[in-house]
Amino acid sequence: MSGNAFFIDTTLCTACRGCQIACKQWNQLPATKTEQWGSHQNPQDLSFYTYKLVRFTESLGPDGKPRWYFFPDQCRHCVEPPCKEAAEDAAPGGIIIDGPTGAVLYTDKLRKAKAGDIVESCPFNIPRVEKGTGYMSKCTMCVDRVNNGLQPACVKTCPTGAMNYGNRDEMVSLANQRLAEVKSKFPKAVVTGLDDLRCFYLLADDPGKYHQYASVDRVPGVMDRKMALKKIGKSLRELSQEWNILHKLVG
Amino acid sequence: MTNHWIDIRNSDCILIMGSNAAENHPISFKWVTEAMKRGAKLISVDPRFTRSSAKADFYTALRSGTDIAFLGGMIKYIIDNNKYFTEYVAEYTNAAFILADTYSFQDGLFSGYDPKTHKYNKKMWAFEKDANGVPKKDRSLQDPRCVLQQLKNHFSRYDLGTVSAITGTPKEDLVKVYEMYSETGQRGKAGTIMYAMGWTQHTVGTQNIRTMAIIQLLLGNMGVAGGGVNALRGESNVQGSTDHCILFHIWPGYLKTPSATDRTLADYNKRYTPKTNDPLSANWWGNYPKYSVSLLKSFFGDKATSLNDFGYSWLPKLDEGKTYTWLDLFDVMYKGDIKGFFAWGQNPAASGAHSNKTRQALTKLDWMVNVNIFPNETGWFWKGPGMDPKKIKTECFFLPVAVSVEKEGSITNSGRWSQWRYQAAEPPGEARDDGNIIISLMKKVKYLYRKDATAIFPDPILNLKWDYTTNGKYDPHKVAKEINGYFQTDMIVRGKSFKKGDLVPSFAFLQDDGSTSSANWLYCNSYTNAGNMAARRKREKSGIGLNLEWAWCWPVNRRIIYNRASVDKYGKPWDAEHPVIRWDSSAKGGKGGWVGDVPDGGWPPMLNADGTPNPKTKYPFIMKPEGHAHVFGPGRAEGPFPEHYEPVECPVEKNLMSSQLINPVAARYGTDADVYKTCDPRYPFVATTYRVSEHWQTGVMTRWQPWLLEAQPQLFVEMSHELAKLKGVKNGDKVIVESARGKVEAVAMVTHRFRPFRIGGKTVEGGNVVHQVGLPWHYGWVYPEGGGDSANLLTPSTGDANTRIPETKAFMVNIRKA
Repeated sequence: MSGNAFFIDTTLCTACRGCQIACKQWNQLPATKTEQWGSHQNPQDLSFYTYKLVRFTESLGPDGKPRWYFFPDQCRHCVEPPCKEAAEDAAPGGIIIDGPTGAVLYTDKLRKAKAGDIVESCPFNIPRVEKGTGYMSKCTMCVDRVNNGLQPACVKTCPTGAMNYGNRDEMVSLANQRLAEVKSKFPKAVVTGLDDLRCFYLLADDPGKYHQYASVDRVPGVMDRKMALKKIGKSLRELSQEWNILHKLVG
Repeated sequence: MTNHWIDIRNSDCILIMGSNAAENHPISFKWVTEAMKRGAKLISVDPRFTRSSAKADFYTALRSGTDIAFLGGMIKYIIDNNKYFTEYVAEYTNAAFILADTYSFQDGLFSGYDPKTHKYNKKMWAFEKDANGVPKKDRSLQDPRCVLQQLKNHFSRYDLGTVSAITGTPKEDLVKVYEMYSETGQRGKAGTIMYAMGWTQHTVGTQNIRTMAIIQLLLGNMGVAGGGVNALRGESNVQGSTDHCILFHIWPGYLKTPSATDRTLADYNKRYTPKTNDPLSANWWGNYPKYSVSLLKSFFGDKATSLNDFGYSWLPKLDEGKTYTWLDLFDVMYKGDIKGFFAWGQNPAASGAHSNKTRQALTKLDWMVNVNIFPNETGWFWKGPGMDPKKIKTECFFLPVAVSVEKEGSITNSGRWSQWRYQAAEPPGEARDDGNIIISLMKKVKYLYRKDATAIFPDPILNLKWDYTTNGKYDPHKVAKEINGYFQTDMIVRGKSFKKGDLVPSFAFLQDDGSTSSANWLYCNSYTNAGNMAARRKREKSGIGLNLEWAWCWPVNRRIIYNRASVDKYGKPWDAEHPVIRWDSSAKGGKGGWVGDVPDGGWPPMLNADGTPNPKTKYPFIMKPEGHAHVFGPGRAEGPFPEHYEPVECPVEKNLMSSQLINPVAARYGTDADVYKTCDPRYPFVATTYRVSEHWQTGVMTRWQPWLLEAQPQLFVEMSHELAKLKGVKNGDKVIVESARGKVEAVAMVTHRFRPFRIGGKTVEGGNVVHQVGLPWHYGWVYPEGGGDSANLLTPSTGDANTRIPETKAFMVNIRKA
């Protein structure tokens, strides 16, 4: 597959949040007003002004010792993005795919789409809308940097090698190699998204222990949904909700 | 660091204890990660499960302030199970030395203790000497009076049951850590320790480090790649400021500050120049007068001559035995005995222990100059909580200053690398860099002294050489050259001829007759006729990461100090895969020489190739008078071996090791503000302070940075679910944390990452439950509103007996809902 991808090795992530801050710096995103809410995770969630967020999840392991998992959350840049499909009718050109990289990009035209449809369509709960204006935002894969020969800001700043970026095939190999290396230490380790995303995570434990939306079994296929739409004539939003319910039942 | 950052990648086992490298030294994890990818094990020992712990192969907790018990148990384990590196220990350390019969230890006290003065007579901790005055040794390590046998005896009390009852660490966890770490005692294996303020900020801080140093020596981990005792410094240039004498007790290059009793330069040099009668000991500090005289020449230039003791009498002297540390200065200020104060690049009102005492002390000043980049709790103390500006006499001045990227100069990192950096931008507005502020300040002081005929004792001011400007501006290159040093006359040294004004190539060329200058002998070699060594930028292509041509490292560009202990007596590396140095008999035209890192002296190995002793050799630990590393360390204030004592504020009434509850020589203060509460039911919980990745020190730089503030907006206090339930606190609730000295409001972070300890029982299950909490000290009332105040409002003004670093890592508090 051509284009680029991220490989995020959470086994190496120390949650220093350099990526979260570097993202804000490069994209000149304002800080949001936050409060300490009993967690190191702040802001609490992604927002129109926060494209990248390191999520902290803690639990007690079977040995009675703490586990603390770090999940640098961001857009997965789906190869066939459901959000693009959801935007297609109402806001043509609202979501485009960058040729060289495969980055999924939101444009100002997206304002014409129903934000709810876009949000609902994303299995990873990534897109965010600006109150009042209807503009939407998320990670841009730093295409402005990448297409000028630089690494994405989050990758450039990462001290440990948790954030990786490059040719998608190379990232797939790296992910598989790292999975093989850590398997003896973390028997439950998995890599998510190798088939259909441009952002893979190596997780040491069940994805659900990192984040509710860390992984989904399958990104809904574009053709399936289009055909279903035509046949049933339901709104995409309803369909998306149904799909989610169905997904939960099956899951 | 005895080693350096990149060298961490060469380690086989990394112990992170007394630090939280992943959060507070995030870049270090680049090298920790590399080591782990090669199979190294990472151990995290911390009262609280941190971001470092989250990456560790093994984590266990201990109660704050019990590190010596924990590590003492490891020493016992290493000796009992013969895990020590026998050859290294017998030949390179003083483990084989025979102790004089004046040394003894009983019930928590070493011989020589004076209960009236709370001080020891260290002369009691001596070695037995032979007819030539050389310490007697038993290299077989069997003599019952030899250091190793005495060490074994001393730590025999540190059995698993007792250690567990003190630390609250389960016995099986202790064994697991001891097993994992002591594996590095094998030839060719290396273990490293990454520590920081979690070890130093205790009344037993120095001895925490000593305990680990003993472990590193027993396991043969000093001088080798991937080993060492590695202090992770808390600021980018704190190593540099220590080297250049930011502390009261030293002159640049760790020369001693003279006392009033050292009346002449000869007295001073005699007192601090150690002697040895052992021809195989290099005793490098024997060169002391060359360094002290070169320093005086640097201060006073042509005004310093042999006729006036090179200006020695112009320099201030300490009162004998008196200390002038941070805690002492604010104690004296609190008593009203200090009139003026420069708070330069610091924020004492939030950073020092017992902030309420510090803030009150500032009200006693006539004037204060605050040099900083943002408004802060120190410069604005007069309008802080509980202050009435009308009643405060202190006149305050604020000088805006350049930030790091707005000035040129060097910084010295934890690994002793002095790295030159360039100016990226001009400082904004009226802000000036530190150099130009100092230059103009001294210019004015000199002017005032010159024009006042009645000025008292003007000599040091008027005679001070002060030629560090170019076109009227501060010139960092001139200062860097001054630090390196110049020849003062045309001369021939070691067969090489030099002209007056030449830069001295290294400290081996410095003289004690005034013919050379050097503002810091340890940095002599950093800026030579060949150029500014700190500005070098050549990366190593292969090897163990020494990067000998990247920047410059003290001493004489040696990247791993004590590296002559990284080889056997033939000069062959213990670890063939990661050789630091090795003896090459074919080098130097067949004369033989060392290859690799800059060796700790160029002398040949201890044995010739045929196994006969080489009389030209020197023992590897050249900075010690006897040439051997100190397992037995008679220089420290509280004894030659470490011993567990409880923190000055602790949750237990009895020290399970002895009748001495606390360090008998710990620093304590006596004003009405200095209160300490042990086993007081009003303050039942152990507390500690720490830092987070997102903020820096007191937060003066980071609290004004919106993205960082967004990530860590407010003071929080971490506590276990069990403690939260006990106090009816829910996650996210506002709580009051209170000590005998002050209180702060904080947001409760209820977490699995703190667990209650069971302390004091012979079994872990049988002990009493002790809760611990922790909070960061990055916040202050100035900004942001509602962000909380400094956690140092809680911490005690007590400190280590050697360094007087405050005990901010173990003290007692209460928690209640706000």
